[in-house]
Amino acid sequence: MSTALTKRIFDKELLSITIDRLCYQLIENHDNFHDAVIVGLQPRGVYLSRRIYQRIKEINPKAELKHGELDISFFRDDFRRREMIVPSSTNMEFIVEDKDVILVDDVLFTGRTIRAGMDALMAFGRPKKVELLVLINRKFSRQLPIAPDYTGQSIDTVTSEKVKVQLQSTDGDDGVWIISSDSKL
Amino acid sequence: MSQQLSVQHLLGIKDLTKEDIELIFNTADNFKDVINRPIKKVPSLRDITVANIFFENSTRTRLSFELAEKRLSADVVNFSASGSSVSKGETLIDTVNNILAMKVDMVVMRHPKPGAAVFLAKHIQANVVNAGDGTHEHPTQALLDAFSIREKLGSVEGKKVVIVGDILHSRVALSNIFCLKKLGAEVMVCGPATLIPRYISELDVKVEHNLLKALEWCDVANMLRIQLERQDIKYFPSLREYSMMYGLNKEILDNLPKEIVVMHPGPINRGVEITSDVADSKQSIILDQVENGVAVRMAVLYLLAQTR
Repeated sequence: MSTALTKRIFDKELLSITIDRLCYQLIENHDNFHDAVIVGLQPRGVYLSRRIYQRIKEINPKAELKHGELDISFFRDDFRRREMIVPSSTNMEFIVEDKDVILVDDVLFTGRTIRAGMDALMAFGRPKKVELLVLINRKFSRQLPIAPDYTGQSIDTVTSEKVKVQLQSTDGDDGVWIISSDSKL
Repeated sequence: MSQQLSVQHLLGIKDLTKEDIELIFNTADNFKDVINRPIKKVPSLRDITVANIFFENSTRTRLSFELAEKRLSADVVNFSASGSSVSKGETLIDTVNNILAMKVDMVVMRHPKPGAAVFLAKHIQANVVNAGDGTHEHPTQALLDAFSIREKLGSVEGKKVVIVGDILHSRVALSNIFCLKKLGAEVMVCGPATLIPRYISELDVKVEHNLLKALEWCDVANMLRIQLERQDIKYFPSLREYSMMYGLNKEILDNLPKEIVVMHPGPINRGVEITSDVADSKQSIILDQVENGVAVRMAVLYLLAQTR
């Protein structure tokens, strides 16, 4: 992370303030989460969804929120069109029939992952409503008509740049970085 | 962990690396999850057409492959030798090329001649999956057997597996030996001397002619079917005698010093290789093998499709 082409846009503190704000927005809309489930998209969305799930439980211990982790590999539209897709595990201990589902991912870019996520979700029932929560919304890069309901921050990037989100549970140092194409991840 | 198979075709376990087998197992774990959901289908192979070409009878394997293909959303065409142009004298290559001319991407083939799948893979453009070639190999059966052992006992490495029965004519036995050895298991074969190939010990397996001794040694017993259709001469006096010497019954099973796992690749000749009460006992994982067969075959097709 030391190259000059890397720009840090979130530090640890800002990240945790933002996650707190997203949690309060969810609480505002879903009360005690009686009919709501939060579903993180594998692989990187689950770290954010676990964090949000824990934080909501801390803020409101009576929240009836359920947490699931969804792998979308088999539903991608770029199978055989790019490098190998390695599936992760799916942990869904409930069905989503008639529930409000909050899909969680770290970065919203083209929207194709979310499309696949909605498809994968339907294997677990017909949800009443599906909402989308992302930490970073990359503007002007959508290839499908998809928009987030809850956003950590919207940022302007060019397509060749990458956005990297690190959360404590995996990588130690929390933060969000924009990385230009010349630098190595 | 490697992320791509080292091969473009699944012709035999002999060509696979240990990493390939582990990749297939890890992918199959995901598919086992999928086929236990309310909606058992994923769209991964929706732009792929698979031809199931069976020159020899099959129920389980064929059904299992067809289900695996359908649950991956592939388009499926079925072909069996009876009632086809093969009986009019068409060659294998011509038959398959005609099917490929209809834009087929993958071929799953069973054939009575050893090496038929290898021959096919050299001459056509599609991915070939060997669903059994004569007495040579039956790779997906070996994969699902090892996958079932891994599921039941936690791992395959270090486990002792005895394969009982007609080793000479069994493609399941040969593929199983390759697969289990690659995963670090100890393998023994057991059967009458006439049904054990002469140089089998070259494959680094133990040979035992006494069933009881073999069972006392093992963690897992894989009981093979006696393949009367492949036996052109008599290899043992009678089925009754075979069953007395090499049949597994409840009494033998209950008197063993430890609880072993009983497997059978099917179809079972009840009362010959194993008795009904053994086949239906809680130590038997025969039906788990069938369930795992679909998941393992989905994994194989999914991974091969990505090498195209």
